Amino acid sequence: MDSAYIFLQNYWWFLVSLLGAFLVFLLFVQGGNSLLFRLGKTDEERTMLVNSTGRKWEFTFTTLVTFGGAFFASFPLFYSTSFGGAYWLWMIILFSFVLQAVSYEFQSKLGNLLGKRTYQWFLVINGIVGPVLLGAAVATFFNGSNFIVNKANMTDQMMPVISQWANGWHGLDAFTDIWNIILGFAVFFLARLLGNLYFINNIRDEKLIPRCRRQLITDAVPFLLFFLAFVIRTMFKDGFAVDPTTQQIVLEPYKYFHNLIDMPVLLILFLIGVVAVLFGLIKSILCSTYTKGIWFTGSGTVVTVLALLLCVGYNNTAYYPSTADLQSSLTLANSCSSEFTLRTMAYVSILVPFVLAYIVYAWRAIDRKPITADELKEDEHAY
Amino acid sequence: MFESIDTSMIDWSRAQFALTAMYHWLFVPLTLGLAVIMGVMETLYVITGNEFWKRTAKFWIKLFGINFAVGVATGLILEFQFGTNWSNYSWFVGDIFGAPLAIEGILAFFMEATFVAVMFFGWNKVGKKFHLASTWLTGLGATISAWWILVANSWMQYPVGMEFNPDTVRNEMIDFMAVAFSPVAVMKFLHTVLSCWMLGAVFVIGVSAWYLIRKREKEFAVGSMKIAAWVGLFAALVTAGTGDKSAYQVAQVQPMKLAAMEALYDGGTAEPLTIVGNIKIPKMLSYLATHDLDGYVPGINNILLGGYTLPDGSKALPVIEKMNRGKKAIAALADFRQAKQEGGEAKMMASQKVIEENMPYFGYGYIQDPNSLVPNVWMLFWAFRVMVGLGMYFILFFIVILFLARKHKLSKVTWLHWVALWSIPLAYIASQAGWIVAEMGRQPWAIQDLLPLNAAVSNLQTGSVQTTFFIFLIMFTVLLIAEIGIMVKAIKKGPEESK
Repeated sequence: MDSAYIFLQNYWWFLVSLLGAFLVFLLFVQGGNSLLFRLGKTDEERTMLVNSTGRKWEFTFTTLVTFGGAFFASFPLFYSTSFGGAYWLWMIILFSFVLQAVSYEFQSKLGNLLGKRTYQWFLVINGIVGPVLLGAAVATFFNGSNFIVNKANMTDQMMPVISQWANGWHGLDAFTDIWNIILGFAVFFLARLLGNLYFINNIRDEKLIPRCRRQLITDAVPFLLFFLAFVIRTMFKDGFAVDPTTQQIVLEPYKYFHNLIDMPVLLILFLIGVVAVLFGLIKSILCSTYTKGIWFTGSGTVVTVLALLLCVGYNNTAYYPSTADLQSSLTLANSCSSEFTLRTMAYVSILVPFVLAYIVYAWRAIDRKPITADELKEDEHAY
Repeated sequence: MFESIDTSMIDWSRAQFALTAMYHWLFVPLTLGLAVIMGVMETLYVITGNEFWKRTAKFWIKLFGINFAVGVATGLILEFQFGTNWSNYSWFVGDIFGAPLAIEGILAFFMEATFVAVMFFGWNKVGKKFHLASTWLTGLGATISAWWILVANSWMQYPVGMEFNPDTVRNEMIDFMAVAFSPVAVMKFLHTVLSCWMLGAVFVIGVSAWYLIRKREKEFAVGSMKIAAWVGLFAALVTAGTGDKSAYQVAQVQPMKLAAMEALYDGGTAEPLTIVGNIKIPKMLSYLATHDLDGYVPGINNILLGGYTLPDGSKALPVIEKMNRGKKAIAALADFRQAKQEGGEAKMMASQKVIEENMPYFGYGYIQDPNSLVPNVWMLFWAFRVMVGLGMYFILFFIVILFLARKHKLSKVTWLHWVALWSIPLAYIASQAGWIVAEMGRQPWAIQDLLPLNAAVSNLQTGSVQTTFFIFLIMFTVLLIAEIGIMVKAIKKGPEESK
């Protein structure tokens, strides 16, 4: 395989990981929603909370869609193996996002059939199910899934399906591994922290905001426990390594730890990310006037998740390992698109900074004035 | 462990995809159509400074917002279903098919998501011009997104710009421009997007007519109707023109679809076009399909049996022969993989040659029964007539509205108000009928001639797909009822009073 092709595979893994990292940050919308009834004691308070995340949900949604599209285009074998195999896991995630998509716009409108409460509960359901299941799905990148890939099946006219799930649970089996659930909960509590920090940044209210700050402590403890447990265990467990000459997949002790040592940039990124997450969090807890915590914890989240996703894909690692048949595991090289397609899309990706620029510009234009109860009364499009 | 694909599972997967696509298509056309109309209205506001246009634009933006979210939600499901239910498809052509989806996300969805937020929440936060730009950029984002998804769909109808790689067992892209600017895609884009403008126009006229029936909001209703009718007439004419060109393309690249649309079993030269029953226009079908009054149009039986002369001078192969060649290609692929394992260079070359020779018929190798290649004729025949008939009606409809507007009688002709109101569902029916023609006519292919559904599907339990089908059915139906309820309330309330 020529070096340009290898570079393009790595480049696209970087972009997909970056989208994944932004997606985890943007789950602040879900995390915030999961706290809707816990933080919002009155209708007015809940309205402020809903309108705060309600001006951003489309970014989370779009990032999820683009993450899917980019993964499809650059690593189509992952798309067919994971989505077609772990059917129920992804379907449940999708159901919850469908409910979320309409709930903002519909909840306060007359004639909405189900009533305000129901739509707010939809937001809470998506706020819990979305992060937990997405976290569990990402954990399978480290812990493996139960599938078999055989491209020769295409020559079987009766059963030509290449990727087969090796059990009848179709993705629900991810929950039989406690470590998948642990990362799911880590992501869930992280999303709640981010949601809270975003409220603190975006809303001005004398009763609500102190409650948000207290909630930070409540969520920080389980987050740290789950996250550290997952990271420490991952560093010590056997990882799925690819032999660069034979492309055979073998179990290697301390593989992910070795990856961080072999790629010190990732280690540094990871550490900077964790420090930024903690800094934003602790300062927001200690200093009752500090509102910028979301930017530290948010960018720390992006950097940490990016480092972890790069760690599971780079340095001859199988990023979507199979526990049913080790050699079916997906690597960047055996699951990616052709060199031509990766290169063509790489040209398109040059536009990404431009897209980021207008997102930042529009985001700032909308968030210039914080949300207050009075402001919402004047906004004709408020939910 | 696994033996053969359960055919009822394929049907449930099809049903689930069709369900999602049809629901998606209840919301998307209004998004695309309203975007243009409210863009024109807000532009008038910014140019003239007249608050009337601001109030008018705001009202339609409100309806746009109610409609928008369900379109987004159903779109997400469609994208992921390629993976969940059509996993073999995702691998076999993902190298080509994934790219438009990724580009759609990067270029179009973010534009839409970013500026839709400014459009909804930015009235008091950003300047007039920035707001106007946001309204147009929301529509532009939606339209660019339509471009890429229609490129992807056109590629399923007319696969171009790729070659098969036996090493990776998939098709790989070799010409991006051929995919992105395929003539079928260009025509499909114009036909589809402009038909959405038409639907948006009918919606605006119908809702405005309701105010006139109720003798409310006269100025608002008449102003909205005029703009919508101009947009609608332009769109309807382009839709008709591109429809004609699309039909010509279908005749070239999907003759079976055309034969089924016309319920033409035994074709011939100088074929008449059937309107309905025995009403026929002499030689018209030949002209539409070949641009020659005496051109030859093959019927369903002709396509199955082959033997007629193709436009390039060669003889059409019987389907049985295509199936044999497809099986040859698949067998050669198996030989290729075995030779590769054993390191037999010469045998690999020989197999590859057989694959290349028979690749145009690859998909036929998975076909068990030639008759399964005939799509549902009754459905296509009528869906096509409903679409074209309603398209013609709408051209007349917009002309009448514009004529009466010119005579300043728009607010007085009560019967027309009722006609306009009841035309709203007709526009949706026409739009759905169009997709039925396009997609049912492609059956049993996922990708024309390359991959039939039974080789495209994921291997799931029938019960799983049934369950998700019904969950989606209930979820989408409840959301649709809620959406209509909210829409009706918002319309009854009417545009905000200007402050």
